[in-house]
Amino acid sequence: METTDLPATLATLWRVESPRIIARLVRIVGDIDTAEELAQDTFVAAIERWRGDGIPNNPAAWLNTTARFLAVDRIRRRDTQRHKYQQVAATTPRSTELDIDQIVDGDLADDLLGLIFMSCHPILSPDARSALTLKLVCGLNTGDVARAFLAPESTIAQRIVRAKRTLAAANIRFELPGPTERPARLDAVREVIYLVFNEGHSATSGDSWIRSELCDEALRLGRMLASLTPTDSETLGLLALIEIQASRLAARVGPNGEPVLLMDQDRTRWDQLLIRRGLALIERIDQLHGSAGPYALQAAIAACHARARLATDTDWPRIAALYDGLAQINPSPVVELNRAVATGRAFGPQAGLDIVRGLLEHPAMRDYHLLPAVAGDLSCSAGNHEEARQHFLRAAALTANGPERSTMQQRAAQCAAHHVGSA
Amino acid sequence: MRFMVMHYQTQAMEDGVLPTPETQAAIGQYMQEAAMAGVLLSGEGVASSSAGARLEIADGNVRIIDGPYAEAKELIAGFAILEVGSLAEAVEHARKFALLVGTERVDVRRVIEYSDLQ
Repeated sequence: METTDLPATLATLWRVESPRIIARLVRIVGDIDTAEELAQDTFVAAIERWRGDGIPNNPAAWLNTTARFLAVDRIRRRDTQRHKYQQVAATTPRSTELDIDQIVDGDLADDLLGLIFMSCHPILSPDARSALTLKLVCGLNTGDVARAFLAPESTIAQRIVRAKRTLAAANIRFELPGPTERPARLDAVREVIYLVFNEGHSATSGDSWIRSELCDEALRLGRMLASLTPTDSETLGLLALIEIQASRLAARVGPNGEPVLLMDQDRTRWDQLLIRRGLALIERIDQLHGSAGPYALQAAIAACHARARLATDTDWPRIAALYDGLAQINPSPVVELNRAVATGRAFGPQAGLDIVRGLLEHPAMRDYHLLPAVAGDLSCSAGNHEEARQHFLRAAALTANGPERSTMQQRAAQCAAHHVGSA
Repeated sequence: MRFMVMHYQTQAMEDGVLPTPETQAAIGQYMQEAAMAGVLLSGEGVASSSAGARLEIADGNVRIIDGPYAEAKELIAGFAILEVGSLAEAVEHARKFALLVGTERVDVRRVIEYSDLQ
């Protein structure tokens, strides 16, 4: 059966080709609104032409050529307009013919990178950056973006309009940041990618535990960015981290939709292709011989888990050492808590408790249920059952999650039994 | 979702005729673009069947037949694993590749995921 569904083919081509078409158009015309308008004109031209002639053998090439033609046409008209103004103003008009050819045929990698930098511009809030990036760089329509974020379409549409307005008002045009500015700009891009991934991964809102389409888009963006900046170790680190985290998506949910923690997961369900990709990225980072940043370190930690075929094979001393490194360059109470867990597993509960004690008074951790849960676990392993019971009860009181609360209550009850038994 | 894009050999590929430098450059360019689009997970090409072997199993008995084989156009020349949103997207990527690589047939097949088996 031969398929020739024109509207469906065009929708697919928009998704596949529009990012690079828009990227090139933004570079030629400078602003996103004009670029989007020309991209839409290109697809309208395709409908009109292909309805009669059929879909060409290489529709992508047709679309790219047509977009280029429309862009050049737009610049010429704009230039003629300016020319007229300039004549009126009696200034010397300049030839732009040469400029156009120079501008129009550039490197696709530069185009895409420039578009990514523009839609992830730090002047925008992370939410605005995410929405704009998913629309322009991933080729999603506003409805898709809204569904992914579980937000009303009008909210997302507003957010995108405002983001574009903010960029225009600040006169931010297509640009490739120079070497001094680039690290901070890449940070802003990576922040968006990790935010989109985590939005899908932890599903902070809504009823679905994993909204995998957001994870897919984040992976796609990460893969794009890594191929565009192949020697940037933090970008490779971010991609390695999310490839490995994504390898566990199928194992993270139990048969009744309940979350399954890392150490309890069925590791045969882990996606070995994604793990191999993650480990290969970590090898590339090692070959770059730079000092590891926060993403590269988190990726190295994730890799330790990925390499262990059984939970009991986990290289805890190495994980503890990596957390030591992470706590030095990127200190935070959550990192410290994870360091306590790894240290406890590697060097015994007392070593873990020494770290936990420093956290118990931390203001940011006062209502964080995982802190007493970890403290309870370590105290229990150390044989301090009464102390453990108090921690588990506190964890049960702090968590908003029903199944988690009953787990904590059960552990408190087990501790009480132990305590009575040993008294 | 993932798709395996498999292109078939031509007689020239089976005969070991290397693609012209222009074709090689075009394929390299395509691979780079697919990577830049964030869709290419993995891919390989295979040598002529004279460098391979085939296992035929009948009634539990394995017969090993060394290449080359007569039916060159029935043989896979390589594969790419793409991660995309739909079959249609995979087809659009495959279309561009097919035009560059000079094959006469490309199969696009969905990869079975763990969730299919439940």
